Amino acid sequence: MSNTIKFKIDGKEIVAEYGKTVIEAARENGVYIPTLCNFAGVPAKGGCRMCTIKINNRFMTSCTTPAAAGMEIENDTPEINALRKSIIELLFVSGNHFCPSCEKSGNCELQALAYRYQMMVPKYPYSFPVKEVDASSPKIIKDQNRCVLCQRCMKTIKTESGERYFAFSKRGADLEVIMDPELAEKMTDEIAQLAMDNCPVGSIIKKEIGFAEPIGTRKYDKEVIGTDIEG
Amino acid sequence: MPKKITIEPVTRVEGHGKVTIKLDDEGLVRESRLHIVEFRGFERFVQGRPYWEAPVLVQRLCGICPVSHHLAAAKALDVIVGAGTGDGLTAVGDKMRRLMHMGQFFQSHVLHFFHLSSPDFLFGINADPAIRNVIGVIEHHKDLAVQGVMMRKYGQEVIFHTAGKKIHGTGAIPGGINKNLSIAERDLLLNGAAPLNADQMVEWSVAALDFFKAYHKSNQTMVDTFAEFESNHLSLVRKDGAMDLYNGVLRAVDTNGNVILDDVDCQDYDKYIEEEVRNWSYMKFPYLKHLGKEKGWYRVGPLARLNVCDFIPTPLAQKEFEEFKAYTHGKPNNMSLHYHWARLIETLHAAEEIRNLLNDPDLQNEDLVVKGERLDRGVGVIEAPRGTLFHHYEVNKDDQITMANLIVSTTNNNEPMNRAVNHTAKSFMNGQKEITEGMMNAVEVAIRAYDPCLSCATHAMGQMPLEMKLVDLNGNVIDSKIK
Repeated sequence: MSNTIKFKIDGKEIVAEYGKTVIEAARENGVYIPTLCNFAGVPAKGGCRMCTIKINNRFMTSCTTPAAAGMEIENDTPEINALRKSIIELLFVSGNHFCPSCEKSGNCELQALAYRYQMMVPKYPYSFPVKEVDASSPKIIKDQNRCVLCQRCMKTIKTESGERYFAFSKRGADLEVIMDPELAEKMTDEIAQLAMDNCPVGSIIKKEIGFAEPIGTRKYDKEVIGTDIEG
Repeated sequence: MPKKITIEPVTRVEGHGKVTIKLDDEGLVRESRLHIVEFRGFERFVQGRPYWEAPVLVQRLCGICPVSHHLAAAKALDVIVGAGTGDGLTAVGDKMRRLMHMGQFFQSHVLHFFHLSSPDFLFGINADPAIRNVIGVIEHHKDLAVQGVMMRKYGQEVIFHTAGKKIHGTGAIPGGINKNLSIAERDLLLNGAAPLNADQMVEWSVAALDFFKAYHKSNQTMVDTFAEFESNHLSLVRKDGAMDLYNGVLRAVDTNGNVILDDVDCQDYDKYIEEEVRNWSYMKFPYLKHLGKEKGWYRVGPLARLNVCDFIPTPLAQKEFEEFKAYTHGKPNNMSLHYHWARLIETLHAAEEIRNLLNDPDLQNEDLVVKGERLDRGVGVIEAPRGTLFHHYEVNKDDQITMANLIVSTTNNNEPMNRAVNHTAKSFMNGQKEITEGMMNAVEVAIRAYDPCLSCATHAMGQMPLEMKLVDLNGNVIDSKIK
C-alpha cells in the first residue's frame, strides 16, 4: 500500500504522506494557510480559527484535520479570506493592540496577518478592556493588553525539568495567561528571548532591548507573512 | 455696545485654538485670550508602560516635530539607563541624534516659513484669503513653492536615514541609537542629485533669508512694531554660550539682556520653572519661579535662542547672527515678526550643521549604545523648532513609568502669544466699527509668528480651522466669521 496520498487545495494537486494534517501537507507543498496558535511543539487544537478552510462545503480547521486522499479544499478564496480578516479584526478589538509603540511591530504575526488580509479599520467596535502589565520578572514583561491566548508560551517555554513558566488563570472572558512568579524571577536571558520569539504578538517582551532593531529591517518589513512558504 | 470677538479656529498653525477679544462701549479692547481647546493626556497614559516605549509612544503627540519628542524622551531615558546627561553617549550615538535633530529643524522651519507664513508676506495680511494660502503661493510664486517643498523633502530624508522613518521613527533608544549612517546614505544626503544635496540646501537657506530681509526692508515699520513687547527669553545653550539645539544648560535673559538664569543643569529644571493653570485654557502657563507669575514668564523659540546665545558655531549662520544682533545693538530683540528672521538664521545653521555632520566619519562607527548605573528619574531637555522642550520621567524598579511631565515648546510661549494677541488686537481693532477679515488675520499673523503647535502643547487631537465671533459683554453674539 502506498504511503502517500493526493488531494487538492484550490485546484492544486497536493502530495503528502499519510497521517499529515492538512496544514502540514499544505506547507510542504508551498501552499500558505494562515495560523496563529499552530506552532511547532504545540499540539494542534484549532483555537484561533485562522487556518479555517472549506472541505466539501464544510468549514474545518486545517491544523486539526488529517489530510485524506481525494479531498477538494478551498483555501485562498474571497469567502474564506473575508472570514480570516474578521477573525483578525476581532482579535484587534478585543485587546489593546497599539502597534506604533509596540516593540514587536514588524515582527508581530497578528500585525503581519492584518497587513496580508488588508485590514484597515476593524468593522467591530473596540472594547478597550482594562488589562494589567506584569513587569515583575527581571527579564520580561507580560502585557495582557496584547495577549491573544494562543498558548504558544504555555506549551513551549519550560524549564529543563518540564515546568511551565506560563499558565492560564481565571475563566471565560477574564481568562489570561500569567507567569509563574518564582520561575519568572529565575528566568535566563535565553528563555526570555525564546518566550518573546515564540509569542506571535507583543505580549511577551524582553526587557531593556526596546527598538534596538531598526524599522525596515524587521521580518515582516521585508516580506509578507507566508512568503517563506509560498516561495 | 460692548462686543466679544472670537477667532476659531486659528488657521495655518498646527493644532486647534481659538481667540476671544472683548471690546467695550467705545470699541476698545478690554481683554483678549488665546484659548487652547484641545486635551490629550499623554502624561497619564504612558504610566505603567515600559520606559523604552516612551520615545516611540510620546512622539505621537505630533506629526510635525515628532523627532523633538523622540529625542527629548530618549535623552531623559539616557539618564535612567546610566548613559549620562547628554555627554555620555558614544560619538556615533551623539552625532546621529544631532543629525536627526538638524533634519527635523530644517524641515520644520521650512514648513513654517514657506507653507504657513509666506502667504502673509507674499500677498499681504489684508489679501483675499482665497489667494493668501499655500495654493496661492504655488500658483503665483511657483519657484519659491517648489524650493520650499524640496527643502522640506530634504529634511525629511535626513530624518528617514537616521530614524528609520520620515515620521515617527525609532532611531534613538535609551543610551544611544539603533543604527549608524552607511556610506551610501551619507553620499546620498551629501552629494545627491540636485537639488537634494547639502550644498544646495545651504544655498537655498541663504536665499530664503535674503527674501525675508528684503521684505523687512520694504516693510520695516510694520515688521518692527507688530506685536513688539518686552519679555524674558529662555533657551538651552552650550556651556560656552554657543547655540546648541540638542544639548546644554538652561539660560535666561531679561528684556535688557541681563542674565537671570544661567548654567542650570536640566535635571534641576523643576527647581526653577513652575507651571500655572488657568481655567480657560488646556495649556499651562510656565514661569521662572524666582521671578513669580507676573514677571517670570518668558519667550522660547528662535527669537529667544538668538537672544540668549553668545554665538552660532557655523560660519554663515554666525555672520547672519551678527547682523541680527547689530539690528538691536546687541540687546534682546522683542519684535514678534523677527521670529521669522531668527527662524531662517536657524534654518541656515541647520543646513550647515547637516553638511558638517555628514562629513564626519564618526557617523559610520558601530558602538551604538552605552549603559551604566540604572537610575529612577531622568529629564531630557532639547531645543525643539518651536522652543525649549522638557521631558521628565520617573520609573519604578520593574522598568515601568510611574510619572511623566512634559513642558512643550508652545506651552512655554503661552503667555507671550497671549500678549501678542492683545497687542495686535489693540493695534488693529481699537475703535473700529467693523471687524474685517484682515484684522482677524493680523491676530493670526501674531500667533503664527511663534509657530505654535497646539496639539503638542495640550496633547489633544487636532483640527485646524479658525472662528471669530463678535459678542457683547453679556455673551450675546453680534457678529461671527468662520474660516
